[in-house]
Amino acid sequence: MQVGLFIPCYIDQLFPDVGMATVEVLEKLGVQVDFPIEQTCCGQPMANTGCIEDTRPLAERFLAIFRDYPYVVCPSGSCVSMVRHHYEAYLAGRPGFEELKRKTMELCEFLVQVLGVERIDARFPHRVGLHNSCHGHRELRLGAASELVIRPYNKVRKLLESVDGIQLTELDRPDECCGFGGTFAVNEQAVSTLMGMDRLQDHQQAGSEVITAADMSCLMHLDGLIRRNGKPLRVMHVAQIFAGRPLPGSPQATSLAK
Amino acid sequence: MNATSCNHAKEADRFTADQPRVQWHDQALWFVRAKRDTAAHAVEEWEQLRETASQIKRHTLARLPEYLEQFEENALRLGAQVHWARDADEHNRIVLRILQQHGVHKLVKSKSMLTEECHLNPFLEQHGVEVVDTDLGERIVQLRSQPPSHIVLPAIHIKKEEVGQLFHQCLGTEPGATDPKYLTEAARGHLREKFLEAQAGLSGVNFAVAETGGVIVCTNEGNADLGTSLPRLHIACVGIEKIVPRAADLAVFLRLLARSATGQPITSYTSHFHGPISGGELHIVLVDNGRSRIRADRQFWESLKCIRCGACLNTCPVYRRSGGYSYQHTIPGPIGSVLGPLKDAKKNYSLPYACSLCGSCTDICPVKVPLHHQLLTWRGEIVRRGLLPWRKWLEMKAVSWVLRNRRRYQWSGKLARWAVRWMPRWMLYNRLNDWGKSRELPEFPRKSFRELYRNRNGRNQ
Ligand code: SF4
Repeated sequence: MQVGLFIPCYIDQLFPDVGMATVEVLEKLGVQVDFPIEQTCCGQPMANTGCIEDTRPLAERFLAIFRDYPYVVCPSGSCVSMVRHHYEAYLAGRPGFEELKRKTMELCEFLVQVLGVERIDARFPHRVGLHNSCHGHRELRLGAASELVIRPYNKVRKLLESVDGIQLTELDRPDECCGFGGTFAVNEQAVSTLMGMDRLQDHQQAGSEVITAADMSCLMHLDGLIRRNGKPLRVMHVAQIFAGRPLPGSPQATSLAK
Repeated sequence: MNATSCNHAKEADRFTADQPRVQWHDQALWFVRAKRDTAAHAVEEWEQLRETASQIKRHTLARLPEYLEQFEENALRLGAQVHWARDADEHNRIVLRILQQHGVHKLVKSKSMLTEECHLNPFLEQHGVEVVDTDLGERIVQLRSQPPSHIVLPAIHIKKEEVGQLFHQCLGTEPGATDPKYLTEAARGHLREKFLEAQAGLSGVNFAVAETGGVIVCTNEGNADLGTSLPRLHIACVGIEKIVPRAADLAVFLRLLARSATGQPITSYTSHFHGPISGGELHIVLVDNGRSRIRADRQFWESLKCIRCGACLNTCPVYRRSGGYSYQHTIPGPIGSVLGPLKDAKKNYSLPYACSLCGSCTDICPVKVPLHHQLLTWRGEIVRRGLLPWRKWLEMKAVSWVLRNRRRYQWSGKLARWAVRWMPRWMLYNRLNDWGKSRELPEFPRKSFRELYRNRNGRNQ
């Protein structure tokens, strides 16, 4: 099976290993990965500011670049939600758009729904706290939101649970927003920071060593707070755990770096 | 930005400066949210109820004029008097006229966000009427000359120590008293006098039933009942969106309202008023005040489904940490951030941005107002109307220009990563960097993903 790999701009530029881990996870499962080099960004920062006209050309580029792939896979729930739920305003009625919406998928979603993966072949013997990033959680419905009275499920957590040696921690507020929110993080810096600090506190009391999520943007914000405040926590994208990366800062990781 | 607009982030700074208070505020409201969760999860058909409630509201709003007329007809038949108010001003004048006709100069009120929206209290006070809010929380904020900071829990931002101090000054309680029971008793004694002296009672309305002409008021303190049965004159102020078609619809809404609001299965008092009490008068004031305009709005009409339960405030991670006053609008939180710009987009332009788009409000709303979607839609409107501060607008233009071309994007990325790696800390972290005020920047890597990927594939081939 061939997939078009959609790597969000900030992962491309700031977290290249998350992209590499995604490639490795997919390839290990026999997927043929193609990264169309013309891609840049889905346009979410502009769209979430309300700058519709500045988003339109990016949405159009996206469709042109990805329309011929049978699946488009991306290690970010937020950017996938942008395509599936918010491109309507720009691309409604365009040839290929309906298919694009259907076939653009977040990594975990793709693993569970398309590949039918039940077990991840990786080992990660650490205490891990899952941060349910909002757009993946409440727009893509990767897990049951705590507000809804529905049967509990969580695709990301289910995959994590299958990792060898992992211990998932239990949070007081399992799906509260971390306060990243794109430009919100700088527009509302004070509130954003308080939200993030509360998440860290919750993970600490739950005993997490590592915070993981299906969205690196939340983790970038949380990691910024962790390092500024010297908290004994680390962040890793779920793809990095699935790809068998060691805990950052562990002896194993340091020896690899050398 | 300009003198006529308020900036939520700036207003929030005042509240966030006191971190222990923020934490306490957040936890108090999260406690309510948790109670709501327990109550909702005890109702198996909860999601079905929400959907039904939403459908009833959609239907009613579509045929609002007919239902309003039906309501008026039935209310008149029950012996009530019905008044129509186009806006806040007309509403206030109608209420004043009724009071003056009856020689009323002492009025007791139960909770009503509508009269807050119309600024009724100051208007009546200017005309020599003493107005006493009888809901405990409302009385507390009234004694402090503040507006409510929450639509269901008006004094949620005030600690019991502060209430003790306030009551000591205003009601003569023991200095330093903080025992909630003692303070509530004191308020009760004080309010009892006010009830007895009052010549009229005014209440809000939660639901007005078209097929019966009855109005329903939900409270937890019974103050609406006392305030409308001791005096002979009852004025009920109703926003026109409060109409429901049938009495049977209450079976849906009453189950949702209290659970969503406070996690109670039902409010302690659910009072149905069908016409005046014997020997008394019931005046119902139906208020539009912009609602018809919202109803006609293609993008935002669903905000009129709101039953003012407050659940979206309780769950909102921003509201819990920025407090009700940071919104500078009668109704704060997610629903207030939709309604605020509908009232005055220029003044309230920042409210739709006071949101991380987490979507919790949309999932919790018992009548399925698509709150976070509406906030996002508002942002598009704000930009379209040219209300976004020009610096932000320009930034987005520039970013979009870079991203529209692969080479521009790659070079900008490379340059930025190089620059950040070499820049000294003082150049990176200064007052221009809002990110860096409280957070470290990520470690900017030498190579982007696309470079690593190309290298790897190059080697493989
Ligand atoms: S918008 Fe929904 S959740 Fe918010 S107050 Fe109204 S009914 Fe309640």
